[in-house]
Amino acid sequence: MGRYILKRILTLIPVLLGVTLLVFLILSLAPGDPAKTILGEMATPEAIEQLREEMGLNDPILVQYGRYMGNLIRGDFGISYKTKVGVVEEIGARFPTTMKVAFSAIIIAIVLAIPLGIVAAVKQNTLVDGLSMFIALLGVSIPIFWFSMLLIQLFSVKLGWFPVQGTGTWKHYVLPGLALGFQSMASIARITRSSMLEVIRQDYITTARAKGLPQGRVIRHHALPNALIPTITVTGLQIGSLLAGAVMTETVFGLPGIGRYMVQSIEGRDTPAIMGCIIVFTVVFTLVNLIVDLLYGLVDPRIRAQYKK
Amino acid sequence: MANTGNSSVSDLQKKYKKSGMSRQVWRRFKRNKTAMLGLIIITLIVIMAVIAPLIYDYNEDVIKQNIKEKLQAPSAKHILGTDHVGRDVLARIIWGARASVFIGLAAVALAFIVGGALGSIAGYYGGRVDGIIMRIMDIFLAIPGTLFAITLMAALGKSIPNLVIALTISTIPGFARIVRSSVLIVRDVDYIEAAKAIGCKNSRIIFQHVLPNSLAPVIVHTTLSVATVILTIAGLSYLGLGISAPMPEWGQMLAEARNYIINPKYTYLTLFPGLSIMITILALNLLGDGLRDALDPRLK
Amino acid sequence: MEQKDVLLDIKDLVVEFRTDDGVTHALNHLDLQINKGETLGLVGETGAGKTTTGLSILKLVPSPPGVTVQGSIMFDGEDIREQSEKVMMTLRGSEISMIFQDPMTSLNPVHVIEDQIAEVYEYHQKVSHEKAVEKAHEILELVGIPADRGKEYPHQFSGGMKQRVVIAIALAGNPRLLIADEPTTALDVTIQAQVLEMMKDLRNKFGTSMLMITHDLGIVADICDKVSIIYAGHVVEHGNLEDIFDHTRHPYTEGLFNSLPNLNDRKAMLKPIRGLMPDPTQLPPGCPFAPRCDYAMDCCSKSKPKRVYRNDEHYVECHLYNEQNIKEGGVINRD
Repeated sequence: MGRYILKRILTLIPVLLGVTLLVFLILSLAPGDPAKTILGEMATPEAIEQLREEMGLNDPILVQYGRYMGNLIRGDFGISYKTKVGVVEEIGARFPTTMKVAFSAIIIAIVLAIPLGIVAAVKQNTLVDGLSMFIALLGVSIPIFWFSMLLIQLFSVKLGWFPVQGTGTWKHYVLPGLALGFQSMASIARITRSSMLEVIRQDYITTARAKGLPQGRVIRHHALPNALIPTITVTGLQIGSLLAGAVMTETVFGLPGIGRYMVQSIEGRDTPAIMGCIIVFTVVFTLVNLIVDLLYGLVDPRIRAQYKK
Repeated sequence: MANTGNSSVSDLQKKYKKSGMSRQVWRRFKRNKTAMLGLIIITLIVIMAVIAPLIYDYNEDVIKQNIKEKLQAPSAKHILGTDHVGRDVLARIIWGARASVFIGLAAVALAFIVGGALGSIAGYYGGRVDGIIMRIMDIFLAIPGTLFAITLMAALGKSIPNLVIALTISTIPGFARIVRSSVLIVRDVDYIEAAKAIGCKNSRIIFQHVLPNSLAPVIVHTTLSVATVILTIAGLSYLGLGISAPMPEWGQMLAEARNYIINPKYTYLTLFPGLSIMITILALNLLGDGLRDALDPRLK
Repeated sequence: MEQKDVLLDIKDLVVEFRTDDGVTHALNHLDLQINKGETLGLVGETGAGKTTTGLSILKLVPSPPGVTVQGSIMFDGEDIREQSEKVMMTLRGSEISMIFQDPMTSLNPVHVIEDQIAEVYEYHQKVSHEKAVEKAHEILELVGIPADRGKEYPHQFSGGMKQRVVIAIALAGNPRLLIADEPTTALDVTIQAQVLEMMKDLRNKFGTSMLMITHDLGIVADICDKVSIIYAGHVVEHGNLEDIFDHTRHPYTEGLFNSLPNLNDRKAMLKPIRGLMPDPTQLPPGCPFAPRCDYAMDCCSKSKPKRVYRNDEHYVECHLYNEQNIKEGGVINRD
């Protein structure tokens, strides 16, 4: 198991190298001269040229990339063009906010989705099933930013239960968490239902029923563990949309998280900051999916046996 | 006795030929009311996008500001009201469908071609080719899709061609992966072996045998990709990275309405563009679910 | 035959599967009887309704789409159809058990096998988990699996071993009726014989009544006391082993025998039954076997044949027979 984790982490290295190279190349295409961005429109061409030389912008792109990676490994994400503060500090200050929102969202999603999916599957083709799946369908169809706006209009403006924007109390995180969690909830509920339906039809479920076990035991002990693998996979992948969704919710709710920072950095053409944000998002996403892979083994002994090989 | 036995087999064959694969799929699909509803809604939205210029004039009705009539609630003259600079919301919603439909379809079509080709090649040839293509796709997939599109737009700059490029690139890896896995499933089945045995060319095998038989998951994925792409267009525009004013797009309309959400009087400004996005995505999801059930009734 | 000896008595059972694609007539007025201590072979082709029969007895026909339209399933004098789910839970696994066809898919992949067996004891004998596992080890030994393998998962066992585990689960409750649904079909030939031999031993040891669902007449000859031949969800011929093997009457039964290789005459041609079973969504109005029958007459496709008895046990439903000629035989040219 330990060796398997190590192996998986090692295979992540080329992926992350690839991601950084890809993003670096893409962002180097960005229009505009960073030196000009930093010095402002009024700067003299000489001053700009001097800064370009200092920043190494005249070097070949791969040399620039190498330098960037060298710094990155030492934990240096570069200096923000806008604030002249290290990107690591900027992101570090915002990381907890994003994690708070994302974490509350995924908890809301899982806690609601799995029971919803199970009930819908067990009561297939009943009103309960129809209603659950309609809610789930709404969830995957509703744009997060619009849903966020609706939540504000209803709960903040009309009912006055929660603040419209900002941070401070736990109340500030309820609506963003709900907005972000709803979509993931919907996806997880849908996959839980369909994998439960698939599992319920398996022979071993008939075996379990033929033993005279109560329905609850059959569902919880025999069906659910087998249905969890697709559910775990989708939950892992949901983290991806959750991070993208964080960009939206943080913008709507004015939360000082990485997502909003990324949008602000794009507006300000603050390339090191954009780069830092996307790398942090990707690393989180990749690590979550590594954890998901390891969770499979927890659920399924066949996969666990493969890990040992 | 042998003769009658044969005739019953050929009867069977006739029966299966008559109700061919696509006809059976359509029969199953037709019975699914929600899927049909999805199909009807999508058809209406596409028609709306196509005939928008016949209903409203772009310069006069859609982008021309009319401050005197700004922020009017829905009325007979402006069925869905007017926005903060006095433009008719309905006209903008109808024209907004064009951005979603045309850009969405263009991006998915391009991604389908490129991703499908990459996936087929990877799946069919396997080995090193597969390894290289899929490792590159893995790198793309490691970045959450919408974030990747955001990054691309940040780098490329705002314009419609760039939007199509960004959406296409972020949609390609998904197609490559799903086509590859479908190809892998059919690659080693007997009729492909048979085609190889009688000396068919690789390209012929791919186009005649492999692709048609791996279509089901790809069709479903295409439908859902259109939904994702339309959502992404709206999201990018909302963040100011997609379609920008004065050109109408649903997400962009929501971004413009953002300043008015704290006043309940202007709820209509956010309600209708938001509903437009949701109904479109909902219909595509219904269509996708219906297609999946119809193509693979086992999963129902 | 005294009434009190009857353990299972199915009368006029009709089960349909109603889906969007139409109504599948799985069981059509099925009659079946098993006496205490007896083994009945239920023989027929794939899709004849054999598994549905087994699941009906356990009241486990998936519903929807399965609907039991009419008939009764008397188990020890009580109608299964009338029983509540609560009562069924006490019957399943302890009074009536079932061995399923495919051992590869019948065991839950995520639980160790001793737990899967122990559950039966926990729920039916209300013993602690530890005690139940202990008992599970005993029965594992009984089916020829070392108790210390109980901690392993199904994927660590071969097909034959898995089927032994499935049999252990079925026998754990010491049932009065054991339904074995093609228990050896999925196994290698050599393993088949072992498993079959073991089942026979255990049946004799516990005095269990058995419903042996199979398409293999060899297994029937080996293990069964009586045989019911099922075609399109209906029993077309029934009798003792001797009745069916030596006094075959129904053309379908004859066809089943002719499809078997003859070990005494290896050069003899096989004579498979031509055609396929009728589409169970569109059964013919007359005898369902008529379209495939070499002896079919005009009346066969029009009306259902009546039941004709050859002796107290042996009956056949075929237009070829009446009270007289059934005794003599010779209507079909079986050598």
